[in-house]
Amino acid sequence: MTTVAVKPATMAQALQRAMRDAMAADPTVHVMGEDVGTLGGVFRVTDGLAEEFGEDRCTDTPLAEAGILGAAVGMAMYGLRPVVEMQFDAFAYPAFEQLVSHVSRMRNRTRGALPMPIVVRVPYGGGIGGVEHHSDSSEAYYMATPGLHVVTPSTVADAYGLLRAAIASDDPVVFLEPKRLYWSKAEWSPDAPAAVEPIGRAVVRRRGTSATLLTYGPSVSVCLEAAEAAREEGWDLEVVDLRSLVPFDDETVCASVRRTGRAVVVHESAGFGGPGGEIAARVTERCFHHLEAPVLRVAGFDIPYPPPMLERHHLPGVDRVLDAVARLQWEATS
Amino acid sequence: MTVQELPGATAYPAWKLRTDPAPLLPDPEPYRVLGTDAADAIGQELLLRLYDGLVHGRRFNVQATALTKQGRLAVYPSSTGQEACEVAAALVLEDRDWLFPSYRDTLAAVARGLDPVEALTLLRGDWHTGYDPREHRIAPLSTPLATQLPHAVGLAHAARLAGDDVVALAMVGDGGTSEGDFHEALNFAAVWQAPVVFLVQNNGFAISVPLAKQTAAPSLAHKAVGYGMPGRLVDGNDAAAMHEVLSDAVRRARTGGGPTLVEAVTYRMDAHTNADDATRYRADAEVEAWRAHDPIRLVERHLTGRGLLDEGRTEAAREAAETMAADLRERMNADPLLDPMDLFTQVYASPTPQLREESEQLRAELEAEDGR
Ligand SMILES: Cc1ncc(C[n+]2csc(CCOP(=O)(O)OP(=O)(O)O)c2C)c(N)n1
Repeated sequence: MTTVAVKPATMAQALQRAMRDAMAADPTVHVMGEDVGTLGGVFRVTDGLAEEFGEDRCTDTPLAEAGILGAAVGMAMYGLRPVVEMQFDAFAYPAFEQLVSHVSRMRNRTRGALPMPIVVRVPYGGGIGGVEHHSDSSEAYYMATPGLHVVTPSTVADAYGLLRAAIASDDPVVFLEPKRLYWSKAEWSPDAPAAVEPIGRAVVRRRGTSATLLTYGPSVSVCLEAAEAAREEGWDLEVVDLRSLVPFDDETVCASVRRTGRAVVVHESAGFGGPGGEIAARVTERCFHHLEAPVLRVAGFDIPYPPPMLERHHLPGVDRVLDAVARLQWEATS
Repeated sequence: MTVQELPGATAYPAWKLRTDPAPLLPDPEPYRVLGTDAADAIGQELLLRLYDGLVHGRRFNVQATALTKQGRLAVYPSSTGQEACEVAAALVLEDRDWLFPSYRDTLAAVARGLDPVEALTLLRGDWHTGYDPREHRIAPLSTPLATQLPHAVGLAHAARLAGDDVVALAMVGDGGTSEGDFHEALNFAAVWQAPVVFLVQNNGFAISVPLAKQTAAPSLAHKAVGYGMPGRLVDGNDAAAMHEVLSDAVRRARTGGGPTLVEAVTYRMDAHTNADDATRYRADAEVEAWRAHDPIRLVERHLTGRGLLDEGRTEAAREAAETMAADLRERMNADPLLDPMDLFTQVYASPTPQLREESEQLRAELEAEDGR
């Protein structure tokens, strides 16, 4: 048995380690973006990569998101695996056209001749007191684009494992990094990375019997907290961390909901037209006869992300999750 | 050029001009070879190759347009009048180089050696790209304007990192130069010193919008100086000039000299596509004036004047073009064989559970149709 020192590590460190290990293992892996080199990224996620691998492998690009992703397309055409950093969620929008018009469909339009093994890393979500344009949750836009994988970790171990998997994937992956979890710590060792489920699998983070909370990324910890609090009310909640929004793990999700008979989807992004609608519809279509109540959604309000001093009112917190759970005591007559 | 000294200018070199702009500036007149003394320096063999390419290209444009009338092509954006740009772009590249065409540049792909039927697949509508881009080193014909330009930069950059002396040549229209991707691509290319040649075909219009409403720049080639790359202005109907300018730019790129922006001044003789009515935005007289400056006539006049083109030679070029057209007609008249199940095969490296379900649905629908 090997004994490895398992030390507290942050999610940012695990992500950085994932890129470092991938770059060491595969010379075609290139990291690029704004400030990723000397500075190591504004969140320091690429810290040390330029020093270790040189500026050709970890490149400070001009400040132009369409240019960054567009250049990554050409690099992928020539056999490289670009890992692109978008500095903040709302600054990925200029690259949308490249993402939607080319990255997502190049494999398809060329019948597989030009796969796009590109990872687009997007720090997303709120809760860090960011000013406008620094807290968006844009996952619904990405989910609505066929040809992309969309994943988001909620634990330190998953951050490492999912990012390694994303870089190894021959398909483009939008890798959403919950920025408020960058400094979350866990006992983790890069030398003995925990085995993680591959892209496309959800994970039950907490077993329970009375209802399922379906969530991902920054909202997972909120849901786990809510589950603890709900015990007092006599609710034993199951928490499913979706991890991968595309592909979607209907199997794990439906197995859970069939067991518990009730479900709430929890996420930060706007509810209307948001991921929760899709997830609730899938669950309803597949588990209708097992459901004791409608699938509910707890989401951010349908507003542009609010200013930092008001964001706590917007973000779904424990109380709002518990309110929804209470509403699951639904009766056909009500 | 003198720069006024600013306080601390020596401590902040960013305040000084980083390069001398003069060598980057294009000549104010489009560069011409045919009809000038420079033409005599061009080898006869090259001129005849260009001539054959132009005749072939014109016939291809006419045939493709005819196929739209027969309903065999959904749409065709003709490059009639612009053949010198299309043919020269293809001829200046080595096999290992990459071409990044826009939706109007089917002819450049064909001139590069692509089977015309494969080149027209997108426009016929049976698939988005009818060829293997890697095999031919021709990127998919790009419909979103200017978006293929950063791809060319990334590919050229990657090739250079690999130590390969590969050049990427990217084509865009005058309208496309207004897009953000044009700017970002040129900026990246110059900063990275990527081996890219940007070829702008200024054919006067973006659908109906004339150049004057597109830009206030002195010329599109002048935009180059802002990025720190040379701009060249060239007569886009002069095949010899196009070949020379593009060859220079390719050579420069290949030997580490970085990118070049080439503006070819040409004219779109046909409407934007077969579906467009050009009489709404331009006068017949304008079109007629450009007919006198037809790219085929320019080469023909030069070759004939020097006794390098006899009736036998023109006849041979014409016959070769007719053979291509007849073959194209015949093959485009056969209905393509399509397998609807192909819809699901290449969305991801392996289909998601969601796509597997959907493909089963379609399979069942197809079986029900067959059973009917
Ligand atoms: C991003 C984008 N916007 C709009 C269009 C619709 N469109 C197709 S061709 C065209 C005009 C293009 O003009 P230009 O770039 O000068 O090329 P030309 O057609 O003259 O070759 C427009 C507006 C498009 N294809 N892509």
